[in-house]
Amino acid sequence: MDNKTIAAISTAQGQGGIGIIRISGDNAISIADKVFQSVNNKKLCELKGYSALFGHVVKDGEIIDEAVALVFKGPKSYTGEDVVEISCHGGMYITKEVLRTVFSAGAVPADAGEFTKRAFLNGKIDLTEAEAVIDIISAKSKTAARTALCAKNGALWKRIENLKNSLVSTAAHLSAWADYPEEDIAEVDSDSLAETFNSALSDFHMLLSTYDAGQIIKEGIDTVIAGKPNTGKSTLMNLLAGKDKSIVTDIPGTTRDIIEETVLVKDVVLKLSDTAGIHETGDKVEKIGVDIAKTRLKNCGLVLAVFDGSKALDEDDLKLINELKDAQVIGIINKADLDLKIDIDYIKNNIENVVKISAKDGKGYTELADLIEKTAGTNGFNPSDGILANERQRNAVERAEKALQDAKGALDMGMTFDAVTVSLEEAIENLLELTGERVSEVVVDNVFHNFCVGK
Amino acid sequence: MNYSAGNFDVAVIGAGHAGIEAGLASARLGCKTVVFTINMDAVGNCPCNPSIGGTAKGHLVREIDALGGEMGKTADKCFLQMRMLNRGKGPAVHSLRAQIDRRKYSDVMKHTLELQENLELHQAEVIAIEKADEGYSVITRMQAEYKAKTVIIATGTYLGGRIFVGEVSYDSGPDGIFPASFLGQSLKDLGLPLRRFKTGTPARVLKSSIDFSELEVQEGDEEIVPFSYDTEDLRENKVVCHISWTNEKTKEIILDNIHRSPLYGGEIQGVGPRYCPSLEDKIVRFKDKPRHQLFIEPCGLNTEEMYLQGMSSSLPEEVQLKFYHSIKGLENAVIMRPAYAIEYDCVDPTEMNATLEFKKIPGLYGAGQFNGSSGYEEAAAQGLIAGINAALKVKGRKPLILDRASSYIGTLIDDLVTKGANEPYRMMTSRSEYRLILRQDNADVRLTPTGREIGLISDERWEKFNKKQQLKAEELKRISKVVISPTKEVNDILVSRETSAITTGVKLIDLLRRPQLDYKALAPVDTTRPQLDKNVFEQVEIEVKYEGYIEKQLKQVEQMKKLERKLLPTDFDYTQLAGLRLEAQEKLNKIKPLNIGQASRVSGVSPADINVLLIWLSQRK
Repeated sequence: MDNKTIAAISTAQGQGGIGIIRISGDNAISIADKVFQSVNNKKLCELKGYSALFGHVVKDGEIIDEAVALVFKGPKSYTGEDVVEISCHGGMYITKEVLRTVFSAGAVPADAGEFTKRAFLNGKIDLTEAEAVIDIISAKSKTAARTALCAKNGALWKRIENLKNSLVSTAAHLSAWADYPEEDIAEVDSDSLAETFNSALSDFHMLLSTYDAGQIIKEGIDTVIAGKPNTGKSTLMNLLAGKDKSIVTDIPGTTRDIIEETVLVKDVVLKLSDTAGIHETGDKVEKIGVDIAKTRLKNCGLVLAVFDGSKALDEDDLKLINELKDAQVIGIINKADLDLKIDIDYIKNNIENVVKISAKDGKGYTELADLIEKTAGTNGFNPSDGILANERQRNAVERAEKALQDAKGALDMGMTFDAVTVSLEEAIENLLELTGERVSEVVVDNVFHNFCVGK
Repeated sequence: MNYSAGNFDVAVIGAGHAGIEAGLASARLGCKTVVFTINMDAVGNCPCNPSIGGTAKGHLVREIDALGGEMGKTADKCFLQMRMLNRGKGPAVHSLRAQIDRRKYSDVMKHTLELQENLELHQAEVIAIEKADEGYSVITRMQAEYKAKTVIIATGTYLGGRIFVGEVSYDSGPDGIFPASFLGQSLKDLGLPLRRFKTGTPARVLKSSIDFSELEVQEGDEEIVPFSYDTEDLRENKVVCHISWTNEKTKEIILDNIHRSPLYGGEIQGVGPRYCPSLEDKIVRFKDKPRHQLFIEPCGLNTEEMYLQGMSSSLPEEVQLKFYHSIKGLENAVIMRPAYAIEYDCVDPTEMNATLEFKKIPGLYGAGQFNGSSGYEEAAAQGLIAGINAALKVKGRKPLILDRASSYIGTLIDDLVTKGANEPYRMMTSRSEYRLILRQDNADVRLTPTGREIGLISDERWEKFNKKQQLKAEELKRISKVVISPTKEVNDILVSRETSAITTGVKLIDLLRRPQLDYKALAPVDTTRPQLDKNVFEQVEIEVKYEGYIEKQLKQVEQMKKLERKLLPTDFDYTQLAGLRLEAQEKLNKIKPLNIGQASRVSGVSPADINVLLIWLSQRK
């Protein structure tokens, strides 16, 4: 096996408290000894596994940073090889500098997912674990992390297992019936086959429909804040984001660009874009912003339509309400701290979910948050039911569903059961692929390409 | 002191169904071949059921024939009754079965061997196979030493055979013929790991002692389909079979005497076939089943012996009499030959390559029950492949390996050498993942070109094959062009078949696609139909009707081939790959699969292990 010693930054790149450089391979410890000097002059190679030294990372005799070096000896390490983790003070520049020093001491840059690949090859983790690791790493909310853990612990497997067992026993009956024409094996009849297929198809449907809720939990929901200028959209965004991001002024049209921010509302991740208001304008730059905003309204997953409660509905408000006909919308009557002059009934007649808030002082936030959760369809969503965690899994179930629909189609058409079996077995194969009981290269490739360098 | 009995290219030990095909194939490929049989009257013997074919086995016979083997032709010559099983369950599982005249079958096969150029048939018990300068020395009990470049072991149930009937047991081959008692030790000395399997057969009873009056009759097919693509004339069925059932009384007798069965008393160590169990096995394992079916089949035209299919047993003769007599129709049955169980030595087939050559002992091949299979057809299929490969090796030609997508033969051998056999291996349609492609009707399309390339298909047969393919293509073209008009006659046919009437002209091919319609139904309105062989119509119809499903299977084949193209080194020590589970390391080291596809079928190698292999392979690039 190719046993070059690899290194990479294994913390998220950006401003963080601590940056960790992970080194793995046969020479991990000797390489680390070249760049790390402990304060008590002990060498890392003198340490037992699972122990640490405090000291400095040194390059050409100059101290780069204070650091802690942790030694893991193979096979008791993440990769199963000798591993050293150098924790330094973080910050892009320093962390990268330390990594460069490690490279010049003899390590080579790790490929994407290489640490996990090595862990996998050395038998430290299996594929489903690896897949769950990715989801845990990239989980943005608590529910997402919980869902990822469930995948690993088997809630999804159990659901799939039940489905698979029902299809397998049907296929087995069909086989026995064909292979032993002279034993008195019960006839397979079309009606009971159809019944099994229908029930499995509805299970597939359930699984696929929870996928979107699962994705909303994991990926976040594309959310557009819309409304005519100066209704308080930016203030609302700041309320949701918890900090000043948009430029908030009293001059209409201050926000011209689409501003994006990921925020957590209850357990729902919203990918917010604060848009320019939708109104007639002569300003060219502003008009571009308005056009973009209109497109976004059509494509996004949720619209937070903001109205100024202190003023009567005008032309622009009506236009917006008209634009929102087919969208998933929450109507927000802002400035509820002032006298309400807006025609709330008109809005309620056109928008199902309406809430009154005061974005400035945060009144009504709880109601808004509840409404967001309800609209996103994630309330009452129980991650321990087992949901499809990623595109690969969804794709496998989708293919299984398609194959089973083919089987059902063949049955309905009056084809002989051997033709029905072809599609039935295909459905089973797809489920086996999902649970990792069958090999498909696509699986391995997908899983490992999802890893970011360093993990 | 041994005497020298000559030099041969290929020596075949055993002249049962495997040995026959091996010997004939090798001789027909121009190799000087010697075939040994322990008893000249046991060539091509059918010591169990007097029938050839059956589900999946019928496919094997068709494939053997398509490659240029003998079994199908002889079965056609000796058939007493033909049935296409599973009609109505779809073309993938149609399987041909023939009741045969067992003595005639044996005679025809023996005569075929006797007439075969390049082939010598000898009655001799082989007692040793020893490595020699150029191949092997095969030594007989009569102290003859035959030199052979390659040797094929096809010893069936003779090797270390031991018969059990209740408390009685003695060393014997099948049908009371003496066993091969010495060869086993010699094979062990060569390094072959032998083990014990068992099988069994029911009693033969005197026809005149059976009361057929109240038994259900099983007739043969009206339209007879032969096994061989060479057989043209269709003859009538000559016999009928009968069906009866066991009952509570039978069950009671067996359970009362179960302790007297050597199977349950522990005297038999060998592993028996789950798929072909003795009656006591069935009754013990399926306690709730009130009755079991049996078929009463004639053994031939010149004998009154009747075979009781489904009633094999190793209980004492006295108990056999009792329980047979409890069955309707058999109340006064006279047993001519008692049922018995037989235990025998066989080899672990994972010691072999897919050529059926032993990995560690080049030039030595195994076939048939010796390889852990059960059944005449399974044996013949392996015999043919072992014979072909031994001959190809002698000729310095590339070996023949049939893959799973090509045939049931390929599936059978891949299963044996990759997964091994923990019990006698029986072919079933469910063993194949590509059933809709591997049909019995298209065995010629799948394999005759291969047979031709090897050299087992005559010019005449080849010409006939090509002609048929041409006719098929023309017929396909014709039905794509012919338009059927929406006349009353047409729509009457459609409606009577419970399919929708047509209002405009429809192409004949599109009507044939409808599951409710077939060539036969459309005959009155298909006025330009040419006179063609039935098999041509059959194949065209299946290919049209099942087109989408066949395509689906072809895609699956392509996916499998992708994994088969990922080659694994055969000299790698898998214990070095720590990511593999221990069991997988051991199994992979033992099987040394040629590619990822084969590795994925090794039992004890999980998909997780395969993922490790895939990633390891990509790292090695």
